Amino acid sequence: MAITRRRFVLESAVGAGAILIGIHFGEPLMRSQESDKAKKKAPPNPFDAYIHVKPDGKVSLIVAKSEMGQGIKTGLAMILAEEAELDFNAVSVDQADTRPDIYTHMGTGGSGSTMENFMPLRRAGATVRELMITAAAAKWKVPKSECEVKKGVVRHENSSRHASYGELVEAASKLPLPDQEKVELKDEADFELIGHATPRVDIPAKVNGSAQFGSDVRVPDMLFAMVARCPTFGGKAAKFDVSKAKAVPGVRDVFEIPSLGRGVFTAGGVVVVADSTWSAMKGKEALDITWDRGSAASESTEGMSEALRQAAQKPGKRVRNDGNVDAVLSNGAKKVDALYELPLLAHATMEPMNITIDVRGNEAEVWAPTQSPDWVQGTVAQVLGLKPPEVIVHTTYLGGGFGRRYMADFPGEAAQIGKIVGKPVQLVWSREDDMTHDFYRPATCHRFAGAVDAKGHPLAWFHTLASTSIRGFWDPTAPPEEQEIGGAVQMPYAIPNVRLEFNDVSSAVPRAWWRSVENSFNGFAVESFIDELAHAAGKDPYEFRRGLLVKPANWKPKNDDDVDPARLRGVLELAAKRAGWGRPLPKGSGRGIAAFCSFGSYFAEVAEVTVNGGNFKIDRMVAAVDCGQIVNPESVRSQTEGAIIYGLSAALKNEITLKNGAIEQTNFDAYDPIRIDEAPPIEVHLTESKEDCGGMGEPALPPAAPAVANAIFAACGLRLRKMPFQLKSA
Amino acid sequence: MSAIHLVINNNSHDLEVAPDTPLLWVLRDKLNMTGTKYGCGMGLCGACTVHLDGEAVRSCQTPVSSVGAKKITTIEGLSANNTHPVQRAWIAEQVPQCGYCQPGQIMSAAALLAKTPKPSDTQIDSAMGGNLCRCGMYQRIRKAIHRAAQSAGKGA
Repeated sequence: MAITRRRFVLESAVGAGAILIGIHFGEPLMRSQESDKAKKKAPPNPFDAYIHVKPDGKVSLIVAKSEMGQGIKTGLAMILAEEAELDFNAVSVDQADTRPDIYTHMGTGGSGSTMENFMPLRRAGATVRELMITAAAAKWKVPKSECEVKKGVVRHENSSRHASYGELVEAASKLPLPDQEKVELKDEADFELIGHATPRVDIPAKVNGSAQFGSDVRVPDMLFAMVARCPTFGGKAAKFDVSKAKAVPGVRDVFEIPSLGRGVFTAGGVVVVADSTWSAMKGKEALDITWDRGSAASESTEGMSEALRQAAQKPGKRVRNDGNVDAVLSNGAKKVDALYELPLLAHATMEPMNITIDVRGNEAEVWAPTQSPDWVQGTVAQVLGLKPPEVIVHTTYLGGGFGRRYMADFPGEAAQIGKIVGKPVQLVWSREDDMTHDFYRPATCHRFAGAVDAKGHPLAWFHTLASTSIRGFWDPTAPPEEQEIGGAVQMPYAIPNVRLEFNDVSSAVPRAWWRSVENSFNGFAVESFIDELAHAAGKDPYEFRRGLLVKPANWKPKNDDDVDPARLRGVLELAAKRAGWGRPLPKGSGRGIAAFCSFGSYFAEVAEVTVNGGNFKIDRMVAAVDCGQIVNPESVRSQTEGAIIYGLSAALKNEITLKNGAIEQTNFDAYDPIRIDEAPPIEVHLTESKEDCGGMGEPALPPAAPAVANAIFAACGLRLRKMPFQLKSA
Repeated sequence: MSAIHLVINNNSHDLEVAPDTPLLWVLRDKLNMTGTKYGCGMGLCGACTVHLDGEAVRSCQTPVSSVGAKKITTIEGLSANNTHPVQRAWIAEQVPQCGYCQPGQIMSAAALLAKTPKPSDTQIDSAMGGNLCRCGMYQRIRKAIHRAAQSAGKGA
């Protein structure tokens, strides 16, 4: 995948004896979530991050990237240390202040952090190295070519001289900056950090309780708040009696807040402020509220599913149309029809939503576990009638993100509450609040019609996708298919007649980005149906896919999302080989495969399952990864394991359902993710690749569910087309 | 409100608190010991796990009045400098991602190993089944428990 938009702008503002270098990151591959935020003015400068080389030779990378377990602080430090020839421990990655006037992009999402940063950060690191060598050579009056540099020390062997970066920084700071486009990058063969497993810098604080998550923020004299929200979307309190709540010891105040409109999407509700979380919880329980359940009070999962099935039967907007599907489907070839259905899903981060705010007259200070500190700032400022620079936002560790912590709803509520309380206050969402007022993964229905010829060659692929779209919720004027068709429109198999149509289904249920977004449902549908075509063709599902992943000689990517068939075939072959594809399994066991590209990374996964009556067990998952250039293999492995488990929780167990307009699941009893006894062993096999960095937070997820469904079919002949999987009703 | 005496990580605390308050919120809000986490409030996720006289309990389901004279150990009290075998194993296996559930995971694992120094996979499943990890690090948790069992066996 050629990423041509990358550019690197360098400018220095040289302080006393220190160097400051600005970095402009590339654009993420995902058409970003930021498009949904309020339109931003062009920033006054082009930088996303700064490198600060300090007089003691230590180097700080100041960047607004949220750490939610993906290991970004470690990965960025590795890239910088590699090119700058620094000791890894001399580099720190520090959270940037929330200053959109200084930093152009502040969000963390779309699996974008490494792919945006890799080349710009290498060039900036190489610039630091070049400056230090130039300063040393000038000081010693020797040619630069005779100087060597390692671990923050420049050496001149011929004269046995050496100087540390700390000793050189003042002289280096007075030099003109080299042309960053021409600065020499290290030979990848000489990498000592990039591509080598490196322990994560955030882990020690996470094994002793000292890591500070949003809910761990403690400010002197702080209070705690909880909100009772209408169970239905768009409803509100018709009347409420606060007397019992106010009688709860520790409760300080009870008041109502209105819902905030489009773009923030808070529910509004009745706020209980108390001197402890427990008192706020007890106070909330004691509220007597009569809800006006609003216009969406009759919505149900049955109704939504039926609307999706109907929409999948109707002609939709044609978003891909190769050849002539109709002609082939009607001319008597062997035809396969299938309907796939996927439910709404909650993110269910382990740390429920929370945020701490201190509104002090004409300014506010916020501590937020957020993927989008600038959106927090903008929302809080808007609610308080302040200018964004008057709102200080500190980003804490995130107890899980998965897209949920991109949202500005809890910050909007906090601003409303903080303004009234006038003291530091932590807004705490209960697990029940978190599960019933999420922004859910859309529900979808996929209708397929396919055809194979007598020799087993596929002739036609017709996919109609109906979904409760994300864009349809956020912006009814936007094309609703925008964030629904990824992974379906790029269907990568060489089939001569292909059509994808889309239909939107409206709902009052809030929807947004859930780990891997639309790839989570399209990956399942596409990789299950290609399996159905393989079986209809009488072919081995692995060989069938392999034969259809053909890279034409003149192949060029049409855009950043285009799938390179050769790279997908590469991981398919690697996964099959490592899994022992074709090796006999005991009766009742089966092996399934799925391959999928998203966020610039290629994954193939093989599942082995054993079916026993109405139950099944996943015995083993084998994943093959081609994410381009690997920064930290440890993080690549860890993200692969985590995304597979997240995907399997949805495949095996989780769904969000609606009754009378309200979400039925309120806690982990009814929405129970995979636990340790259900977690299969996962083997991860990496590909050495010199391609551009792909994302790693999400792309291991989409192939997990279809690999398991395909394995179940191989084991017992049942085709699972509905999530979560149920063998009994399949 | 009642006067409550607690021994937490070998330190004595005297507090005034409503007796039905879960130990979790006493730790987090009264004592600012925030290593112990809130995840579900129903004993379903294990993020709030602490030890009472060495037994793993869910502090969100433990009214402070029920603690009595039992000694409380929290994640902050497991070791001073990440030297407990479970913490060392957690670092060696690079277990945490987001890390929010890990204090609870570690306390459950430490309680398991104190009773069962060489747990089988089945014993691990049984002892750790109440601890959710949404980042899905179960394979690493299992490996880390086996590693901690081995290192403890060597007297490390």
